[in-house]
Amino acid sequence: MSEGKGAGQKARPLSPHLVGGPHILFWRWHLTMACSIVHRATGVLLYLGAIVGAAWAFSLASGPDAYGDFLGLMGSPIGKLFLFGLTFSAFYHLANGVRHLAWDMGEGFEPRAADTTAAAALAFGGAATVAVWVIAALTGGI
Amino acid sequence: MAGYRTPLGRARGLGSAKHGVGHFIAQRVSAVALIFLVLWGVDSALALSHTGYEDAVLWLRSPWHAILASLLIAVASFHMQLGMRVIIEDYIQRPSTKAALLILNLFVAGLVTAAGVFSILKVALSGGAY
Repeated sequence: MSEGKGAGQKARPLSPHLVGGPHILFWRWHLTMACSIVHRATGVLLYLGAIVGAAWAFSLASGPDAYGDFLGLMGSPIGKLFLFGLTFSAFYHLANGVRHLAWDMGEGFEPRAADTTAAAALAFGGAATVAVWVIAALTGGI
Repeated sequence: MAGYRTPLGRARGLGSAKHGVGHFIAQRVSAVALIFLVLWGVDSALALSHTGYEDAVLWLRSPWHAILASLLIAVASFHMQLGMRVIIEDYIQRPSTKAALLILNLFVAGLVTAAGVFSILKVALSGGAY
C-alpha cells in the first residue's frame, strides 16, 4: 500500500472514521459524528444478531431440547442484555439508515437538519426499544 | 521499471473498474427492503417471546411467516455482508489480513443464509424435528 509512491502521488484518502493513532481521532466530537460511529457499532451488533437469528431457526429445526437450550440462553441475564442492545441497534440503525437514504437524495445536509435528525434517530431508537420491552414485560415475554 | 512509466500509466487499472456503484446501490436497495422486514421481525420476536417450542413450530408453518422469515435472514445477511466489507476495507490495512477477513465475512453471511433458510424450510415443511 505505502510503497511505490512516485513523484506527484499522494497518500490515499482515508475514511473519516479512521484514527490517526491510539489517541488521535480525526473528527471533533459532535452529535452527528457520534451518530455515524453508533451506526457502525449497531451494524456490527446486528451482524451478531443475524447469527443469533439463524441459531433460533436452527435450534427450532433441531427439536424441543435444542430450542429449550436456545430460549434458556436468550432468557439468561447476558442473553437479555444482548437482546436489549439488539433491539436498540435494530431501531436506531433503521432510523439512521433512513437518514442516510435521505442524504442519498440530497436532503438533510444543512447543519441544523443534520443535528435534528441525529437527535431524532437516537430518540426513536431509545423510545421504540423501551416500548418493545414494556410490551414484552406486560405480555409475559420476559 | 516503474520510473519509466507516466503517472497515468501507473494509475491505469488500479482505480475504479466502473462497477463500484453496484455496492452502493445494493446496500441501499437491501436497506429499503429491511425497513419493512426488520419491523416485521421485531413484531414477530415479540409475539414469539412468550411462547414455547410447539407454538414456534406452528407459527413457522404459516406460509407468510416462513416466506418473510426467509427473506429477512437472506436480505439481512446480504446487507450486513456489504456493511462489514466496508468496515474491513476501512480499518484493516495489511493485505493478507484484509483478504482473510473479507473471505471470512462472505463465508459467515453465506452460512447464516443457508442455515437460516434451510432450518425455516425444514420446520415449515415437516412441522419440526420428529
